[in-house]
Amino acid sequence: MSNLIDVKDVSMRFIMEQERTNTLKEYFVKLVRRKLRFSGFTALDGVSFSVKPGEAVALIGRNGSGKSTMLKIIAGVMDPTKGSVSVNGSIAPLIELGAGFDLDLTGRENVFLNGALLGFNHRYMANIYDQIVDFAELEQFIDVPVRSYSSGMIARLGFSIATHVQADILVVDEVLAVGDYAFQQKCYKRMEEMFAKGTTLMFVSHELDQVERLCKRAVWIDHGKLRGDGPVEEICGAYMKWMKGQEQ
Amino acid sequence: MKYAHLIVELVKRDLKLKYRRSFLGYFWSLLNPLMMMTVMMVVFSYMFRFDIENYPLYLICGQTIFNFFNESTNRAMYSILENSALLKKVYVPKCVFPLARVLSSFTTMALSLLAVLIVMVFTRVRFHLSMLLFFVPLIFLLLFASGVGMILSGLAVKFQDVTHLYSVLVMILMYATPIFYPIEAVPESVARFIRLNPLYVIITLFRELMLSGRIPAAGSWLYAALAALVMFAIGSALFDRMRKSFIYYI
Repeated sequence: MSNLIDVKDVSMRFIMEQERTNTLKEYFVKLVRRKLRFSGFTALDGVSFSVKPGEAVALIGRNGSGKSTMLKIIAGVMDPTKGSVSVNGSIAPLIELGAGFDLDLTGRENVFLNGALLGFNHRYMANIYDQIVDFAELEQFIDVPVRSYSSGMIARLGFSIATHVQADILVVDEVLAVGDYAFQQKCYKRMEEMFAKGTTLMFVSHELDQVERLCKRAVWIDHGKLRGDGPVEEICGAYMKWMKGQEQ
Repeated sequence: MKYAHLIVELVKRDLKLKYRRSFLGYFWSLLNPLMMMTVMMVVFSYMFRFDIENYPLYLICGQTIFNFFNESTNRAMYSILENSALLKKVYVPKCVFPLARVLSSFTTMALSLLAVLIVMVFTRVRFHLSMLLFFVPLIFLLLFASGVGMILSGLAVKFQDVTHLYSVLVMILMYATPIFYPIEAVPESVARFIRLNPLYVIITLFRELMLSGRIPAAGSWLYAALAALVMFAIGSALFDRMRKSFIYYI
């Protein structure tokens, strides 16, 4: 079976904040002084892996290891400095819940705006609108500007939209930390349902229990390099063991 | 073109938010140009007098078009910066943001055209069939502003200075575009350059149609069309080059 996501030798370098040239004056001064250096930080260094349709893959690793950068590259938000990523399907990214909500618009208006951002037209969104609101449990507040929502409510609506549109790949980046226990459980159930229906899952979390519950395979990234790729128990086990070793 | 409906949704959002919480709402798009025109008319009929036939209509035509250019390019300039949170999380073609802003300003300008019509009725302008060509200069204007808007939005991401510089540039452009004075009022040495200003050419096309119903000379049409297309092409090309590095700056 052909791959849904192909990550080939991907490297990502960032220009560091203080090195950045933000004004014309700085730019010319640096240009004249030949100081336009581009020293940077390597977030990813030659990472390769691929994901087949219907797989559920977790990305694990410590803070700052490059997981989120990897997800953003897969989601098409960033282009890698080197290497290539090919994705043969549509993506519903959950990199931050409620990204793209306009606080001044009502919940209802945001459902359609967010749908459009994910590439779905008004008619399509109107068809699944009731399901979205129902899942988010926001019937009462749907015509209120999102500005007055609690963070939990925003998270619920964001999750609900992203998981109700028909996408081939769901990309989830540690977004479930918000929301209460009951809603988290509901979210996991929803992701399991989607997975059962054939949606491919890319999942980032520090909660290894949840990783093991949702995914069969894990990819471990450390300091931008691939440390392991294999069955979830094996990789999570090695990762835990290594983390314990680091503590000492 | 999967993202055409995204532009529609973004335009709808802009329009909804523009007048939300204001009592008169969309009515402002009509009222505002009329009020501005009245103020300028009073100022320029008592302080500096120009010998212009149907001055109210002359004013409101130039002003409507220039205001659109000013508003749309300014709003487009901030479009990438203001949507940065979004651009970091979801993939969307980045040009939709400046384009949506220009289009939403264009929609409000279309409402302001009613104000032009009102002035035409009040000043008893005779109707000519050629007036129905009014939309052609406006299409040129839309293309021209889109091009400028794309360039500005990209530059503003990298160099915030552009936002400060642009307000001065717009002011220069305003004085270099005969909006409230006739081009005959400036010395020929300057007028020569003003005639090259695409905004002036577009405004003149529109004005001639509205004021006299005469169809302007082919040269003006050609020049305006060419300027609009070239600006749009340059805008898209530059934007396309700049967009890849946005993510490092927002």
